[in-house]
Amino acid sequence: MVTTNTPVNNGVNVEALLGARVALTEAPEAAQFQWRATCEWQNGTHSRSTVEGFFGLGEEQRHRTLYTFDADHPEIFASEDNGATPVEYVLVALASCLTAGVAAVAQNREIQLRSVSATIDGGMDVRGILGMDSDVRNGFSDIKVTYTIDADASPDEIKALVAQSQKRSAVYDIITNPTNVSVEVN
Amino acid sequence: MRTTTVVVGGGQSGLAMSQCLSRRSIDHVVFERNEVANSWRQERWDSLRLLTPNWQCRLPGIDYRGDDPDGFMSALEVADFIGEYAKVIAAPVMDGTTVTSVRRTDDGYLVTTEQGEWRCPTVVVATGAFNLPSVPAFATAVPSEIATLTPMEYRNPDQLRQGGVMVVGASATGVQIASEIRRSDREVILAVGEHVRAPRVYRGRDIHWWMEAAGVLDERYNEVDDIVRARRVPSMQLAGSDDRATFDLNALTSMGVKLVGRFAGVNDGRAQFSGSLRNKCELADLKLGRLLDTIDEWTTANDLDDSVPPPHRFEPTVVDPSPRLDLDLTSGEIETIIWATGYRPDYSWLDIDVLDAKGLIRHDGGVIDSPGMYLIGAPFLRRRKSSFIDGSRADAEDLIDELSSYLDRRASPARG
Repeated sequence: MVTTNTPVNNGVNVEALLGARVALTEAPEAAQFQWRATCEWQNGTHSRSTVEGFFGLGEEQRHRTLYTFDADHPEIFASEDNGATPVEYVLVALASCLTAGVAAVAQNREIQLRSVSATIDGGMDVRGILGMDSDVRNGFSDIKVTYTIDADASPDEIKALVAQSQKRSAVYDIITNPTNVSVEVN
Repeated sequence: MRTTTVVVGGGQSGLAMSQCLSRRSIDHVVFERNEVANSWRQERWDSLRLLTPNWQCRLPGIDYRGDDPDGFMSALEVADFIGEYAKVIAAPVMDGTTVTSVRRTDDGYLVTTEQGEWRCPTVVVATGAFNLPSVPAFATAVPSEIATLTPMEYRNPDQLRQGGVMVVGASATGVQIASEIRRSDREVILAVGEHVRAPRVYRGRDIHWWMEAAGVLDERYNEVDDIVRARRVPSMQLAGSDDRATFDLNALTSMGVKLVGRFAGVNDGRAQFSGSLRNKCELADLKLGRLLDTIDEWTTANDLDDSVPPPHRFEPTVVDPSPRLDLDLTSGEIETIIWATGYRPDYSWLDIDVLDAKGLIRHDGGVIDSPGMYLIGAPFLRRRKSSFIDGSRADAEDLIDELSSYLDRRASPARG
């Protein structure tokens, strides 16, 4: 049972986000962020990355704590499987970005969410990364995300949440559009 | 020379404003760089017809009186319609007069034209929103063997080389040009970003009839959630044609036009397309569904369900599950790119600090952030229909109130 006068609460502070939009309209330079990670080789295909500091709103910022990510390849690639594969991190990034977007858009549209779950599959022909066929790309051939959402909304309103979340997602944009990447050696 | 109001631009908006000024006996002059309705005459492709039906061609003081109210005027007919209007209202148009500068003075504005200087307390900017083609920065990376055209240069398929054509952008301009070129028996690829899907006819009536009736076209600029965004929404995928055909992406696909995602960049001579095509189509399908819901709710609320055919919904946009993500521009697959990526206004003559970071005029419903200065004929200026001819009428009738009350305040400052 849903009562219509219960305030919608998805745990997203939409007022703060909308306030940031106003503030950044007046001070566009504060909108320039830089996200960072460091990565340290461990052994074999195992590496450990960390995330802590970033730049934004005109100054250095820090996460509440340092976050660590172990990446490795699975044993079928003759590796030790000390963590998720890098490409799985990409899937995690996409799913978590879209899911955060669903919650934010739902809050803004005053739709109460009860549960949101997603499965995400990335298809890949590994002949690309193994250098066996130059016609096969290294990356995903396609990515499929499937949401199951329980919310106080019509099916079309729920579809619109997910569609709008893609429209505003950083990771969705990163994956679907080209990005210049420069890799240098000190 | 002195006048009370200078109107810059002799298109539908400038003339609508002129008529409203005349009604209030406000002395004014309309400067037109070429002849009245020049853009309609010179800067559009041959087959272009108005998106709005003839009956909706209304300007202050006149309604459409021809014998084809449900038809769509060609660009030249629009130009003649506007030219005729200028005569009927005896607008004080100085044609062939290019305004080269407008600047502030102590008591108003100094307007410099190629034929002399004018001083005035009030200025109306009516030069239109579509003066210059807007082309992405990476256009310069397109290999030189590809011919590139903007919609302002495009006239008809005969001017194109044989061979494939990529049309970039799926607004009204893009879908019309893509379908016309496809009919000339060329392979056509359409790069599709954000777009607005619409059927020409729904439940037996023109979509513009419904949008007017249900109040959608009259939605005010200060009533929408995000006016900055609303002003940037692409035009609906419509065309005016005798058979009232729909020009959505499914219609184009059935003609053999191939859809790809937004043209996102050029790398090593290869065009790169965004992987977001499915999302863009889903967004447009959902948005169309909401428009049709609004129409159906209005119909029911007004007890009209028995007078029109029953509601229905259109098939979702058919998208290839794996649309291509790149195209080798050096392979000869396409010979021509047409950048239907929008237009922007040209305010290079405006020497007053009223432009925002994107080069658009800062204004509140057409009241520019400079005393006595007004803008008309920009997208969603005061209402959703502001960019249509009928919108010029409504906006001019609002803005004349703003302008004349400014003149009153200026004449008797003591009354505040």
